[in-house]
Amino acid sequence: MVVDQLSETELDRLFQALADATRRDIVRRVTVGEYSVSGLAALYAMSFAAVQKHVAVLERASLVTKEKRGREQIVRGNHDGLQKARQLLDEYEAIWRQRVERIADILAEK
Amino acid sequence: MTVISSTKNPEALTLTLVAEFDASPEQVWQIWEDPRQLERWWGPPTWPATFEQFEFEPGGKASYYMTGPDGEKAGGWWRITSVQAPNRLEFDDGFADENGAPVEDIGAGHATVTLEEIGDRTRMTILSTFESEEQMKKMIDMGMEEGMQEAAGQIDALLAEHSRA
Repeated sequence: MVVDQLSETELDRLFQALADATRRDIVRRVTVGEYSVSGLAALYAMSFAAVQKHVAVLERASLVTKEKRGREQIVRGNHDGLQKARQLLDEYEAIWRQRVERIADILAEK
Repeated sequence: MTVISSTKNPEALTLTLVAEFDASPEQVWQIWEDPRQLERWWGPPTWPATFEQFEFEPGGKASYYMTGPDGEKAGGWWRITSVQAPNRLEFDDGFADENGAPVEDIGAGHATVTLEEIGDRTRMTILSTFESEEQMKKMIDMGMEEGMQEAAGQIDALLAEHSRA
């Protein structure tokens, strides 16, 4: 199962990264288009340094990539990182699908 | 088909699952409200759940354990936060140690169950929210182990049928 393919450290980073609303918003934005760090900083009521810190947390969790382009640092979504979070949810969904089938069986007895 | 849709939001770590049953909301409510019914579906056949405590009211607690094929036990608890029969149930759920005491540092998930009458059917929507990385991973570890045991059991049963034929 996918959980075994991720180290504890990787998982900790992934979930800590997603535990913050600003960071989730950054992930959503850079998944659909690229942003510079200063472009992102303009969107939030916080300092450039604070936004840069959030981006660094996301980068360590492999959720985004950062690349220098001239004076700008361009942030993009990392598809593989998000895919891991998605796979965990897939597994949890499978548990609930099985429960729903059992509920349907019990209700059908009546 | 029973499961109508499921929506996963990896950024927010939520899962929304929508299912419809040929039953009234009262009948579906019953399978949540009655611990003996709940025990029949919460865990898979190979890991049945036993609810030792079940206070089905706001602020109430429930504690259960699931028993594996080799007698191993996995414990869990609910803290019920909202009960509006027969339409809405909300609870926190987490893990328990071998004595049934909540393991607080793992954190808890939150589940919101809503039941709506749609014609002569009932639509059940489950919204699951995860709080911590460890909590979600453990939840899945526990559930997947069961799932795989169950699948293995089904294969065994099929093989047994073939050998009889």
